[in-house]
Amino acid sequence: MSPAILLLLAVGLGLAGWLVARARAWAFRSNADNGRLAALPTYHAWYVALWILVPLGVFIVIWMVASPHLIEQSVLASPAAADLPEFAFQRDTLLREANAVANGTANAVFNEGAKPLVEPFREAIGFYNLIGFLSTLIIGFLCGTWAFLQLKPDFAARTRVEKTVMAALMLASLVAILTTLGIVVSLVFETFRFFGMVSPIDFLFGTQWGPDPMSNPDNPDPSRFGAIPLFWGTIYIGAIIAMIAAIPLGLMSAIYLTQYADQRLRAWLKPALEILAGVPTVVYGYFAALTVAPFIRDLAVAVGISGASSESALAAGLVMGVMIIPFVSSMADDSIAAVPQAMRDGSLAMGATKSETIKKVLVPAALPGIVAGIMLAISRAIGETMIVVMAAGAAANLTGNPLEAMTTVTFQIVAMLTGEGSFDHPATLSAFALGFVLFMVTLGLNFVALRVVKRFREAYE
Amino acid sequence: MVTVIHPNLEATDAKMNAKDVSVYYSDKKAIDNVSIEIPSKYVTSFIGPSGCGKSTFLRALNRMNDTIPTARVEGEITLDGEDIYRSKMDVVQLRARVGMVFQKPNPFPKSIYDNIAYGPKIHGIAQGKEELDEIVERSLTRAGLWNEVKDRLSDSGTALSGGQQQRLCIARAIAVDPEVILMDEPCSALDPIATAKIEELIADLNGNYAIVIVTHSMQQAARVSQRTAFFHLGQVVEYGRTSDIFTNPLEQQTQDYITGRYG
Repeated sequence: MSPAILLLLAVGLGLAGWLVARARAWAFRSNADNGRLAALPTYHAWYVALWILVPLGVFIVIWMVASPHLIEQSVLASPAAADLPEFAFQRDTLLREANAVANGTANAVFNEGAKPLVEPFREAIGFYNLIGFLSTLIIGFLCGTWAFLQLKPDFAARTRVEKTVMAALMLASLVAILTTLGIVVSLVFETFRFFGMVSPIDFLFGTQWGPDPMSNPDNPDPSRFGAIPLFWGTIYIGAIIAMIAAIPLGLMSAIYLTQYADQRLRAWLKPALEILAGVPTVVYGYFAALTVAPFIRDLAVAVGISGASSESALAAGLVMGVMIIPFVSSMADDSIAAVPQAMRDGSLAMGATKSETIKKVLVPAALPGIVAGIMLAISRAIGETMIVVMAAGAAANLTGNPLEAMTTVTFQIVAMLTGEGSFDHPATLSAFALGFVLFMVTLGLNFVALRVVKRFREAYE
Repeated sequence: MVTVIHPNLEATDAKMNAKDVSVYYSDKKAIDNVSIEIPSKYVTSFIGPSGCGKSTFLRALNRMNDTIPTARVEGEITLDGEDIYRSKMDVVQLRARVGMVFQKPNPFPKSIYDNIAYGPKIHGIAQGKEELDEIVERSLTRAGLWNEVKDRLSDSGTALSGGQQQRLCIARAIAVDPEVILMDEPCSALDPIATAKIEELIADLNGNYAIVIVTHSMQQAARVSQRTAFFHLGQVVEYGRTSDIFTNPLEQQTQDYITGRYG
């Protein structure tokens, strides 16, 4: 029986419990002397319904995990399983096939050896379906009854229901945190595997990058795993070129929007700017690759720089800078707007002009917030993938010439994970080490930025 | 309604002169035909119930209402006979001559030194570092703050106590050598001791500057000012020597307000 049916049953039981409990609470209300309950009837209803739904939900999840194993165990115990081959891979194939026929997802067995197993599977499935169904009914009924017996006119159903709701909310927020932890753990695990094959020193300080996914995995050449060119490319494109474009443009647009633009203009300029943040990065990517990069190359050739690449760090960096503008400008906008009006008035009352006030009072006062915004933007830029994949090239060049192709950490992660290497090859695993370094850097940047923003907020409260 | 001017108000030379001034916020009239003189050698206080327009009128005197897009000023305000709204006088120059201190101390998030040096720098008053040092010291001394902060001029102005911050703001206003200082409830965010210090300071400054102070405290008005204007519903009901206004009000409304019957 599919879990959907069990779930449906659970919901049905919950609904029944809800209705019965509400009827009971209404009865309390009409019988009580003053017609007052400690909680509204709906809360009594939810109390019972939750007592049915939560245990059943837990049971169904456990059952979904456990029942296939139980079925398999009982089939293996049957006499028909005696002639199964020893080799685990073959045996599993036969078992899977027989199971598929038994539960109706396949029409006939492909492998003759699976045929005698179909009948035991059918029996086991039928048996455990019945058990699952009955267990759901019994658990639902027992829990529901227990909860129902608790109902009294002065029973504080509301506080219990609210506690449950709070627990559910907490669980929801925990999911995100636990996922982050899970990412870190898996990254760390694979990174250590990689560092078991290639020393971290070679990885972090080597200057040649060119892992060969087809080489002998047991004997990697550590001199091909030097990630410095990738780190340099990442920083050069994401933190230098992109920021040279994004910081002045973002800051100036924030100043214009907060200080000069009138209300009507601001009302549509600001959302328009924020649309930039919503453009899919792949669109920026082909804009960079098809429009900006050739333009830069032609320009370079026109001014006499020969050998300009059609894939260049400059193209990727500039487009990335444009993509980042909304991040810089919206943080700068918020911080400038957060500087108290009193500060602005104080400066204007001293006879300062608007631009003096902005330069000497508003921007310095908003600086922590602006810096934090820039740091968030950098962490966003160095983690950006699509633009560099499409426009920066794949060559791991360690150069300061922005007209040459460069590659970044994110690009190489993509390249390594989608390459031909097997999954436990050091070339593939290097992607995890790269990801780990990137994760640590962006985590550090975000952490510092958020602390700065927090202190900045406190300063004006 | 016509402002009642006390008969025994002797003529003094007026620093500023407002004639038929009305201030609007969008279509709402906040100040209605106010005519008043600000004498050059005295402290003038504006009293009146909340929302009567005294702060709005104060802000009209150095065109701070310009920063509010919906505000509009009609009538004529002169500084030494020059119309501050219509003549060639630049708002930057006007505010250098008519300084302002706000209700809540608002030092810039800069060092104490830079707070004072801000005005002289933007107006190009000081020639070189030494003169600037001198101005900073003189302004802080005048504001009675020098001894408290002389060893920590590079500390942030926002790290001072509320009362010190307000004196810093007064010192900052003095630093550009204004002719008029407008104070908008300068003590309302301060404790009684800090308030007493500010009042002392106002007494010290009196005579060198024309000072206008908006206050909710009638005792304060009585203590620090020589001229008082009573505002009500956007108009000046009564104007005269402070002693006359408080001991011998001519209007029933003034009498009611100063005896605490409303406001």
